[in-house]
Amino acid sequence: MATTNARVPVAKTYKLYIGGKFPRTESGRYYALRDATGQVLANVCRASRKDFREAVVAARKAQPGWAAASAYLRGQVLYRIAEMLEGRREQFVAEMALEGVAKKAAQAEVDAAIDRLIYYAGWADKYQQVFSSVNPVASSHFNFSVLEPTGVVAILAPEASGLLGLVSNVAPCIVGGNACVVLASESLPLNAVSFAEVLHASDVPGGVVNVLTGRRAELAVQFASHMDVNAVVWNDGDNDAEREIQQAAADNIKRVVGRAATDWQKDAAQNPYLIADTMEVKTTWHPVGS
Amino acid sequence: MDTQVNKLAFDGGWQYAPAPESTDHVTVDERYGLFIDGEFAEPAGGKYFDTVNPATEERLSQVALATEADVDRAVAAARKAYEGPWSKMKPAERGKYVYRIARILQERAREFAVIESLDGGKPIRESRDVDIPLAAAHFFYYAGWADKLDYAYPGRRARPLGVAGQVIPWNFPLLMAAWKLAPALACGNTVVLKPAETTPLTALKLAEVVRDAGLPPGVVNIVTGAGDTGSAVVSHPGVDKVAFTGSTAVGRMIMKAVAGTGKKYTLELGGKAANVIFADAAIDQAVEGIVNGIFFNQGHVCCAGSRLLVQESVADEVVAKLKDRMATLIVGDPLDKNTDIGAINSQEQLGRIESYLKLGVDEGAEMFQASCPTPDRGYWCRPTIFTGVAQSNRIVQEEIFGPVLAIQTFRTLEEGIAKANNTPYGLSGGVWTDKGAKIFRMTQKVRAGVVWANTFNKFDPTSPFGGYKESGVGREGGLHGLGAYLSLES
Repeated sequence: MATTNARVPVAKTYKLYIGGKFPRTESGRYYALRDATGQVLANVCRASRKDFREAVVAARKAQPGWAAASAYLRGQVLYRIAEMLEGRREQFVAEMALEGVAKKAAQAEVDAAIDRLIYYAGWADKYQQVFSSVNPVASSHFNFSVLEPTGVVAILAPEASGLLGLVSNVAPCIVGGNACVVLASESLPLNAVSFAEVLHASDVPGGVVNVLTGRRAELAVQFASHMDVNAVVWNDGDNDAEREIQQAAADNIKRVVGRAATDWQKDAAQNPYLIADTMEVKTTWHPVGS
Repeated sequence: MDTQVNKLAFDGGWQYAPAPESTDHVTVDERYGLFIDGEFAEPAGGKYFDTVNPATEERLSQVALATEADVDRAVAAARKAYEGPWSKMKPAERGKYVYRIARILQERAREFAVIESLDGGKPIRESRDVDIPLAAAHFFYYAGWADKLDYAYPGRRARPLGVAGQVIPWNFPLLMAAWKLAPALACGNTVVLKPAETTPLTALKLAEVVRDAGLPPGVVNIVTGAGDTGSAVVSHPGVDKVAFTGSTAVGRMIMKAVAGTGKKYTLELGGKAANVIFADAAIDQAVEGIVNGIFFNQGHVCCAGSRLLVQESVADEVVAKLKDRMATLIVGDPLDKNTDIGAINSQEQLGRIESYLKLGVDEGAEMFQASCPTPDRGYWCRPTIFTGVAQSNRIVQEEIFGPVLAIQTFRTLEEGIAKANNTPYGLSGGVWTDKGAKIFRMTQKVRAGVVWANTFNKFDPTSPFGGYKESGVGREGGLHGLGAYLSLES
């Protein structure tokens, strides 16, 4: 029997993130994530429809409080996420390396994800001024239009960019006061789960962001059809995917936001129109008189 | 508490002499073809259908029934016009054509108002003072955007989408046509528009305006027909953008039909707005707001205040005053300037409203109807309110689209908000109170695209309109209404 004094490393259990807690999938199912040599990296939770529904309940519960937080505070919370991620750069790079991402690309991706969070943190108290209007109606009324969050958003994150793609979809969604449930990249899920830990340490109220891992083919229609979800954001699908998602979304006239395969590293991949994608325009009238 | 109120007696001792708007300056042809590629043409199938005056049940005209072949021709004409003159024209020149439409509509406003009332049954006061002036104003507003689009979206280049297929309802026929055409044209698109089958006449008259304004042939095409024609417009592969105003059920079908085609779409769907009256409101003004909210245009309004939520301490007073006010409403000849409530738009719609009246009674609610006389011929519904309703009642949850109000009470602001938001819809809402802070709390918390505070049912071309939740997708009106007809490039 071989003996050694070398320390045995402690492997992480990769779990879901629902309502500010880290449960395993209720289904007990998993899929094995392997490296190039076939070595198992993690038994990743294969979230079920029920996990998704519980995540929607958590998101619905958390959303009004998050929307009621001041823009200043939401901006600081997003900034705080970036701070926490900055402190754990090496962990994220190492995970990506395990998943087969080259070190330089991994470093660039983590850096870009941090910067993207800062970018949207800065928009928190500015997008409203860009997109709102005071409307010069002909009658004697004061009339203005503002953006409000649509509510609960289900996001199918990009497949090819496990961290940056997810952050680039989640940040513009939550900065305006939405809550979301996001399905991580199926082939690159490790960073998504670790990012949930970052969120957990960043003053993001539990339930504002819920992270699931699992099979997109199984969950996409659930994301699109759930009657208490207000919008579905899906990435890098084709016409067939669009048909399936939009038809399922029609039952409660969900907002459907399709995003083509994107190089999320590019500056053009961040803009305030991505915030507006999951916001509603509300117009208020009041008479002007005595 | 004292709920004694002085009875209103607008007609006590005084009789209103009839004050009918004259029709001698109006011409309606016996028969209308389809407006395709700049001229009126026979429909391929050779079929026509009647359009009826709902106040007399008499035929006004015959209108062409467009088939798939006709829609195909219309879309081809629109495509040719898009690729030809319209997308190559300088935006400022394009805008001048849209201005021309606005000006001609202003010149012919009274004629349009009369035809709108004849064909749709709405009181002449409303078509004359609301529908037609707003339609003209809509064209005038959007015309000016044509050469300023790049300023609407910072950091983006605005491009038209191509051919827009548009399907509109019968409650505000010309105004809805204006809401659809004006932004589409100003943004550089060409259109195929299908008016509702019960109210096609003002759209066909608008075709004359488009022709007289000298728009290049094919920029605007108008095809008449019922659901099959609308379906052909929406599903046509040559259409790049679909815009629909109508019921949530049909909106759902359209959203499914265009799935996977890459077509952009905007949907303006149903509503079940709550008009929330607080105890500290100016009660008499609030009662006027309730009447305007639900009886305006016979309640054929997607954003109608069809639910009344009244704070418990003033509920008896508000309901008593409302009943008194209802007793003064005049139901009858749409062309009479004294008329408050005109004809129900169609026999079919009257049947739907009446089935809800029966349902409300069957559900256990108490029904009260104004006792006003109604004409012998035509389709009429007296102003109606239900009290003693539950949140789960179908008359509280479902859109009736008639002069029917469901009344509930609430105690706290939170309860008022919860009840207001407890339907699948989210198009509009109303709040009545003298407290500014309460107004802002309510207008923030009501989940609806338009909120009227101490007013109701106001519209303006500069003011974005559209729903949350199952009331639709996208906005019409104002700067925000441009996005529906543009592709934004970085």
